[in-house]
Amino acid sequence: MYEKLSSFAQTGGLIYFFVIFAAVLAYALWPRNQKRFDEAAQLPLQDREPGDE
Amino acid sequence: MDTSTASVAGMLAVFAILAVFIAGNAMDRLMGIHATLFFFAVAAWLVGIGLWAGKLGDRDPFDETKYEDTLVKFGVFTSMFWGVAGFLVGIVIALQLTWPNLFYFEQWGFTNFGRLRPLHTSAVIFAFGGNVLLATSFHVVQRTTRARLFGGMLPWFVFWGYQLFIVLAATGYLMGITQSREYAEPEWYADLWLTVVWVAYLLVFLGTLWKRKEPHIYVANWFYLSFIVTIAMLHIVNNLAVPVAIGSAKSYALFAGVQDALTQWWYGHNAVGFFLTTGFLAIMYYYIPKRVERPVYSYRLSIVHFWSLIFIYIWAGPHHLHYTALPQWAQTLGMTFSIMLWMPSWGGMINGVMTLSGAWDKLRTDPVVRMMVVSLAFYGMSTFEGPLMSVRAVNSLSHYTEWGIGHVHSGALGWVGFISFGALYCLTQWLWKRKSLYSLALVEWHFWLATIGIVFYMVSMWFAGITEGLMWRAYNEFGFLEYSFVETVEAKHISYIIRMSGGLLYFSGALIMAYNLVRTAIGHERINQPADAPAVSNPPAAASLQPAE
Amino acid sequence: MGLLNNHGILERHSLILTIAILITVSIGGIIQMAPLFYMENTIEKVEGMRPYTPLEVAGRNIYIREGCYVCHSQMVRPLRDEVERYGHYSLAAESMYDHPFQWGSKRTGPDLARVGGKYSDEWHVDHLIDPRALVPESVMPPYAFLAEKSLDYENIEHDLKALKMVGVPYTEEMIENAEIDLRAQVDPDIYFDEQDALVARYTEAAGRDGTVQIRDFDLDPDRITEMDALVAYLQMTGTLVDFSTYEAEDLMNRR
Repeated sequence: MYEKLSSFAQTGGLIYFFVIFAAVLAYALWPRNQKRFDEAAQLPLQDREPGDE
Repeated sequence: MDTSTASVAGMLAVFAILAVFIAGNAMDRLMGIHATLFFFAVAAWLVGIGLWAGKLGDRDPFDETKYEDTLVKFGVFTSMFWGVAGFLVGIVIALQLTWPNLFYFEQWGFTNFGRLRPLHTSAVIFAFGGNVLLATSFHVVQRTTRARLFGGMLPWFVFWGYQLFIVLAATGYLMGITQSREYAEPEWYADLWLTVVWVAYLLVFLGTLWKRKEPHIYVANWFYLSFIVTIAMLHIVNNLAVPVAIGSAKSYALFAGVQDALTQWWYGHNAVGFFLTTGFLAIMYYYIPKRVERPVYSYRLSIVHFWSLIFIYIWAGPHHLHYTALPQWAQTLGMTFSIMLWMPSWGGMINGVMTLSGAWDKLRTDPVVRMMVVSLAFYGMSTFEGPLMSVRAVNSLSHYTEWGIGHVHSGALGWVGFISFGALYCLTQWLWKRKSLYSLALVEWHFWLATIGIVFYMVSMWFAGITEGLMWRAYNEFGFLEYSFVETVEAKHISYIIRMSGGLLYFSGALIMAYNLVRTAIGHERINQPADAPAVSNPPAAASLQPAE
Repeated sequence: MGLLNNHGILERHSLILTIAILITVSIGGIIQMAPLFYMENTIEKVEGMRPYTPLEVAGRNIYIREGCYVCHSQMVRPLRDEVERYGHYSLAAESMYDHPFQWGSKRTGPDLARVGGKYSDEWHVDHLIDPRALVPESVMPPYAFLAEKSLDYENIEHDLKALKMVGVPYTEEMIENAEIDLRAQVDPDIYFDEQDALVARYTEAAGRDGTVQIRDFDLDPDRITEMDALVAYLQMTGTLVDFSTYEAEDLMNRR
């Protein structure tokens, strides 16, 4: 069991990382998301109160 | 009294009763003292809430159309206070190692290095750093969601509850209450109290996100959220222990030996990753864009930065256990991910620095901006040094030496310290609605004193660490070890003096900051500001015209 | 692209974001740490490891209380100079009863994993009282108060019980006799019969003779002090395992 788990940790970890990384890259670079990101990036710069509409 | 205040008061009353019960059943003197201290603190707290509620009249204390800024203002001052206190303890222990005959007091065992060192590390990381994170996260989450903090009295519970945890931890160290887990020294009951506070913190943060008036969750909040969630997980797992009794301050860790070591350094490394890194990166992602009035360089990069950073960090812990009894595959795994960590770290640094593109003149005109950008330079430096030190061959030399201490401080003083100071300057100016800080010249002084202090610190510890590492492994012509251990201690004396001077410089910078912040809050302004100083830092309209990337 | 649409939800819905973060950070830890909890494969087969005696537990608690771990490691690495300076490299088995472990991370002072038996009790007592009287260049704090403070061992039985709960194989007999065992180890002239019982109990657990050291450690026969306990603990460190029977090349011991 120990051998199985430890060899999985070594190979599985790296594969798992690449899958996640590819998914994140796809999400970040997906053209349709561009507008959403542009809007979000402006959030710190707005200066409004919670009461403002 | 509104529901949130009543619930907080009710909860506190339950804890007060619990404290009385524990004090009554105290098996050792230390637990008796702590339970009593806890009881009186909570009792005073309840009286405070009563007095406050009595004076309230018809006013709604938690007006939903306004931000909760009073709490953030409190946070600015507790940060400042704990920062100064923590740096001071650091100087004391540096003096002890430099001139042991002068700075150890035989009759005061509680001032020995072994008890003050955890006091220093906890004070600067959890008291100073923690308060900065509380204050800035409460500020940022409100501004980027356009909603008042969730929970009415609950965020106040988080704030004061956290201060109480700090007091329990600090007094405990002095009395000799410790689990001996580095950066997780407080004993089981303080850990449980922190867990309650932390769950409330998560609730406040998530609750504010839930009622947000903006459709998007700004990336800084992702970083804060990962900090809160991950620290909860790390804290709970690393502090699993069985108390000797409900009335005893002593507990025994659930795990032993190898498993315990891996758990502790999984915690220890990720306390750096998620307390001292993601939390302060959140500060970078809000305060730098806000201060320079430009959106972050690349929002896309910030997303990639976020996920790869939190993913990779969690695997890197075993690099603290090279050449130990930990199985080698685990050491190699930790080393691999540590080296990979270099990339997201630098990606984030570049994202922060490049936010200034088109506004580089602010580096010259606004010392607060300069402080935050230099913090990123130190971040880049220590996140390069870290992966380097995680390589087994390098680690065999650097581990156990002063090099490690130097590495930690280049990150802590340079990155965490400077980005925090930057945020504190911003917050004081903005929250008290001042046109400018009391004195930009004093910010310059702070900047230069602290920078020179860090350089003294880093260089002396590099020198000391590499010297002792080489001396430990030096052989003479006959094939025997060349130096006795104590000769390597003696060799570090000059380095210790330089390190201590560096600390003093850094500390005096912090004192200057404290003075400057107090004067700014009061509303004073020095007349002789430089002509090109940024008079108003945040004209609301200017920003919206910037292209996103 | 269902996956990508899910990412869109991520950003808007904080709860899903929280859970995604939690999954990302917990899986790494679980995959990495789980194998280590299959004990028999991470701990070598050695002879001599036994639960600490009540006096050693009390001494270890003082070691922890005073924060000795901030300057002293207990982990000799398998590097030539360390093995020559401190002795055989540390085995995982040697800290199997350490709740918590004391490997340390910094050597402002030397490693203590094998300090047991290297110096006399007298040396330890004098050194702890005034380190610079013996080693002028030392930067260690003075611990004179340990010699003056009586050891509080009233609740030592509860300590052993808690340790048993976390997995240290203390027998019922060891727990019941904890207090008397503690006194017998440091006060052999008074507790003559109890001394034999203590040795028998812990020798059986160790599986070999000579692991229990019995004497007045602080050289002050009048009372049991914190100094007694700390010196007893220090003199035990690294002495339990019988290295003459340990085979590093054994398949079981290669990691």
